[in-house]
Amino acid sequence: MTIDVVGVSKRFKSFTALDNVSLHVRSGELVALLGPSGSGKTTLLRIIAGLDWPDAGEVRFDGEDALERTVRDRNVGFVFQHYALFRHLNVFENVAFGLRVRTGKDKVPDATIRAKVEELLHLVQIDWLADRYPGQLSGGQRQRVALARALAISPRVLLLDEPFGALDAKVRKELRRWLRQLHEELPVTSLLVTHDQEEALELADRVVVMGHGRIEQVGTPSEVYDNPATAFVHDFIGETLALPTDVRDGRLYAGDKPLALDSQGVADGPARLLARPHDVDLADPDAAPFAGRVLAVRTFGPTRRADIEIPGRNGPVVVEAAVPHQQDLPTGGLIGLVPRRYRVFNANA
Amino acid sequence: MSAGRQSLSFRQRSVIPGFGLTFGLTVTWLSLIVLIPLAALVLKTTELSFDRFIAIVTAPRTLHALGISFGISFAAALVNAVFGTIVMWALVRYDFPGRRIVDAIVDVPFALPTAVAGISLTALYAPNGWVGSLLEPLGIKVAYTPLGILIALVFVGLPFVVRTVQPVLADLDKQYEEAAASLGASRGQTVWRVVLPTIWPALLTGFALAFARGVGEYGSVIFIAGNMPNVSEIAPLLIVVRLEEFRYADATAIAVVMLLTSFILLFIINRLQQWTERRTTES
Repeated sequence: MTIDVVGVSKRFKSFTALDNVSLHVRSGELVALLGPSGSGKTTLLRIIAGLDWPDAGEVRFDGEDALERTVRDRNVGFVFQHYALFRHLNVFENVAFGLRVRTGKDKVPDATIRAKVEELLHLVQIDWLADRYPGQLSGGQRQRVALARALAISPRVLLLDEPFGALDAKVRKELRRWLRQLHEELPVTSLLVTHDQEEALELADRVVVMGHGRIEQVGTPSEVYDNPATAFVHDFIGETLALPTDVRDGRLYAGDKPLALDSQGVADGPARLLARPHDVDLADPDAAPFAGRVLAVRTFGPTRRADIEIPGRNGPVVVEAAVPHQQDLPTGGLIGLVPRRYRVFNANA
Repeated sequence: MSAGRQSLSFRQRSVIPGFGLTFGLTVTWLSLIVLIPLAALVLKTTELSFDRFIAIVTAPRTLHALGISFGISFAAALVNAVFGTIVMWALVRYDFPGRRIVDAIVDVPFALPTAVAGISLTALYAPNGWVGSLLEPLGIKVAYTPLGILIALVFVGLPFVVRTVQPVLADLDKQYEEAAASLGASRGQTVWRVVLPTIWPALLTGFALAFARGVGEYGSVIFIAGNMPNVSEIAPLLIVVRLEEFRYADATAIAVVMLLTSFILLFIINRLQQWTERRTTES
């Protein structure tokens, strides 16, 4: 099923949670809504689910207006951040809940419920936990129960709110891979909210980067990583080395020094040159466009990073540069920085 | 050796000190305040021969009084469980003008002298009172009947249910109800299958407290009850009647029966409450 969000806005008192957001999700796709807290991603998910209503705009499922239906009739599977498992029901009954509440002509026979729940518990690999209560489960197991419960109603859309947020790093990675496999087996249109970029980039077909209630960029994981559309996306996804520059007459300057770098058509005024640390080479300070003093060098595993203090418009700024393993970098010495691949953005953008 | 010492003591090694002190104080305090007076009560009863004791507690007037006390207290606690839950629900879930005032009014039965409550209720429900005069033509008599006792006990028991269940519902995250709705449950199904089971242990506690209060209530009931033996006489009043007749041992005999019955009933309700609670918060 496709989801269309058209011009949705939502305010909470004076706080604008969503500002004219539009998004198209293709059928069977797994899309991640990625952004820092307060970016509006959870609000958007809740509006799509029917747990919140927008002040303006439309939500369409397969072209049909979804806003005129309540969450009860939208047939969405929603996985809550803290799972919201019913504590007084065991795992089996939690998963069966969505089938048990069907009454009248929709009533599901007991045998059908049993078969369906057993099939789902098998699918999420926890059939041996059917008689346990949520309080007796680990975080990862609760997550699987929550997912099975959401899938029990054969949802047209699966919505997951920070599904791995409360889990430790190792379990999170394991479940992430498992969820991706599950999506291949059971291609339900899925939307996932996360603030963890690694999670979004690894799991999703497409990533929607959100900031301040707006969509900053929509693209495949490699698109948003390699070609960030805005400075916000560049800063938020992956590591960023930000160098202060100015654009004057269409040319880049570092302080008063003209640079032999492309200003990429950015208008005159203060600007920021953003690059991935591995796209910045260390060089002789006199020959490089940027130079600074080495404050500290750190090594962790295969990576080495140096804190380098370079002069900025309002006093010195410290940037973190990648250091090749063989290079000797004395603390306190001067070093030059040469960006190979970079993007220039207006400093106020 | 050490295993032998272990088995002699139920004390466990712990970083929280003061077990001996707190346990000692608890036992001393409970003895002074509760156990010793109750023991004196039982001791006084032993002045009676066993046959005399049986004769007193199985006398029709005594049985009626006990039946009225426990039966109507139970009914009043049930009424409070239902309507107290509704009041509590409105207070927790909705923000309406004057909510804080309503919240404070709930506590009034705690603080008001029960005799005052009894007199006010009697004035209201008497055949010539505001409410009583409206019910009179319908053939409903409240004052001086068991129905009057019920109303007095509902009045004194209300805050127990509201105050025990209120914090539990307030702590219930709305995500559980959202989850139920997203799974297709109607509002009624959500309340019945998700919310009620969560507040059930607290509701049982509130019920038990309201019930216990009703069994022991005296002041508010004696004004409205009319106190007709075998019809609207409660057991605490019968005890006072016996005391006024200087039949102290008779009074304590009835008291001992009340004590035992109350203890057994409260024990059962407590176990029931623990059982439901264990099911919902097992870890």
